[in-house]
Amino acid sequence: MRREPPQRFADYGPLVFPAAMLVIFFVIPFATMIAVSFFERQQGGFYEPAFVFDNYGRFLSLFFGKVLGFSLFLAMAVAAACVTIGVPFTYLLSRSSRAAQIRWLVALLSILSLSEVMIGFAWSTLLSRTAGITNLFALLGLMEAPQALTPSFGAVMTAMTYQALPYTVLILYPALVRLDPTLTEAARTLGASPFKAFFNVVVPALRNTILATLIMVFIFALGSYLLPQLLGRPQHWTLSVLITDQAIYQSNMPFAAAMAVFLVLVSLSLVGLAVYAGRQKEAA
Amino acid sequence: MREILNKKASRRAVLGAGLAGASMLAMPTILRAQDRSLNVGVYGGYFKDSFDKNIFPEFTKATGIAVESVAEPTGEAWLVQLEQAARAGQAPADVSMMSQVSLLKGMSTDLWAPLDMAKIENASGLIDTFINKYPDGRVAGIGAVSWYITLVTNTDVYPEAPTSWAALWDPANADKLGLLALVSNSFLLEVTAKTHFGSTDVLATEEGILKVFDKLAEVKPNVRLWYRDEAQFEQALKSGEIPMGQYYHDVTGLAAADGHPVRSTFPKEGGIRDSGSWALSRASEKVEEAHTFINYMCQPEIQAVLSRKVGTSPTVKRDLLDLTAEEFDAVSSDIEPIIPRYEMYQERSDFLNQKWTEMIAG
Repeated sequence: MRREPPQRFADYGPLVFPAAMLVIFFVIPFATMIAVSFFERQQGGFYEPAFVFDNYGRFLSLFFGKVLGFSLFLAMAVAAACVTIGVPFTYLLSRSSRAAQIRWLVALLSILSLSEVMIGFAWSTLLSRTAGITNLFALLGLMEAPQALTPSFGAVMTAMTYQALPYTVLILYPALVRLDPTLTEAARTLGASPFKAFFNVVVPALRNTILATLIMVFIFALGSYLLPQLLGRPQHWTLSVLITDQAIYQSNMPFAAAMAVFLVLVSLSLVGLAVYAGRQKEAA
Repeated sequence: MREILNKKASRRAVLGAGLAGASMLAMPTILRAQDRSLNVGVYGGYFKDSFDKNIFPEFTKATGIAVESVAEPTGEAWLVQLEQAARAGQAPADVSMMSQVSLLKGMSTDLWAPLDMAKIENASGLIDTFINKYPDGRVAGIGAVSWYITLVTNTDVYPEAPTSWAALWDPANADKLGLLALVSNSFLLEVTAKTHFGSTDVLATEEGILKVFDKLAEVKPNVRLWYRDEAQFEQALKSGEIPMGQYYHDVTGLAAADGHPVRSTFPKEGGIRDSGSWALSRASEKVEEAHTFINYMCQPEIQAVLSRKVGTSPTVKRDLLDLTAEEFDAVSSDIEPIIPRYEMYQERSDFLNQKWTEMIAG
């Protein structure tokens, strides 16, 4: 059957449903948020419709700049960690037996069924002084006394990487399975070591997939607000934590909306930049 | 059709119908409960469980009004939800237990339906400060329970109970404290003012507030956890992971009674006394039932049950209660409490929030 470009207006019919869903569940809520971000905050109350820039003005300060900077840094660090672990892991996984692959994938998928709260509490117990993993180290003589590893930046990073890794593997897996094995074989025949073959052949062949994975994990990590709260100190709280504080606890919807709009704009422009850089490199 | 009409009622059918009728008569509360019901919001977790077990069934028995309890989150999250819902003409709960800060904020948007005091006769026994009024005199809320936030410690780590809030500043307690993460529910500004500036009067001016903030910032090296989630701190306190902090006197007492190595101490500067009020959403249609409920809850006997079972401090006058001196001491203290300066959170909420966030996260 030959596909023809839509001729009449009715040919666009199948698009109506997805378009309506997109409008109802994305465009309208997002537009509402943008509108609220310009509303006027009533201190000690709620908000009144207005058109003021106060909410954005309050955000433009050194303090919030630092928090935004930290949030972006944390999300990038998590994305980098996930890809660093995920690419070699998925590569080895795609080369292992069918049964082993299934077992690993089921185990990874089961992580997705855990809520963020459970992951947070499990890690905070695992990294605690009284019941944590350091008790085991002390018992084995690796450490003098058990110590608390949380709250710390390392604890936040570990838990967030743990949470995002299954997504990373799930995105990388199809691409790696489809990767032509003769590519590496050719590299090996020409004398490359397994490491060299991996870095010089497999990684460049997957450049676009890796970039897409980085972007997805980055965005996923940017929205995290529970793990930084449970496992980090206040200086490790992300902008999402402060947005929640404003929206839920301070009932300051306009300011929360302004911060959220800002966060979306910054992350969209970063993603745009990454995609643009990827295209440039491809063209070169 | 005719066949059915003409059919004689069998003996069995008559017996069955009679039995069903009799059992319905025997359970009038269920019958009436289907007609009359009320959604009541109380803090989730232990608090709600306790109300579900000790209070609501008795209320249904006495009045025939079925209660559907709704777990509400602490802080102002519930206020935001109620407000958003009321704008849409919805009431996720008819009557809710609201903290004083939330109640005041709700008043500014007329969220609370005015209560008719003629229908709440038992309110005459309340301590005067527990009746919340709009500036024009309408009643917005009626005191439900009051509670204390005190200095809590793990008894294994601290064999000796601390005696003063000054322990929070003690360099010996570095990295050992768990404190509430929000300015409007931790009341640490009041604690700092009372402990280091003599009284909370210093908080009357912005200049004074900044001085108190500077002093409070000195506790930062001692704080391991700024918690929003109570369960997280409670668990860490029990295990000794975070052996000192501020927490609710009632829940700590219950944990100690369960055998956990924790204690709650009223410092010599006083515990923080906060309270919850029953308030009715303006979007609710169950106005009659709500009044019946609030009136029921104001009875001294019910207040005594709350003290014994939930561990909260009563809002009715002491001489109306049949609590023994021991029972009363378990939920309260003779030491003059630190009363939060609620109006400060109303008038300067954004300023306080900004300074607070910069202090702890900066």
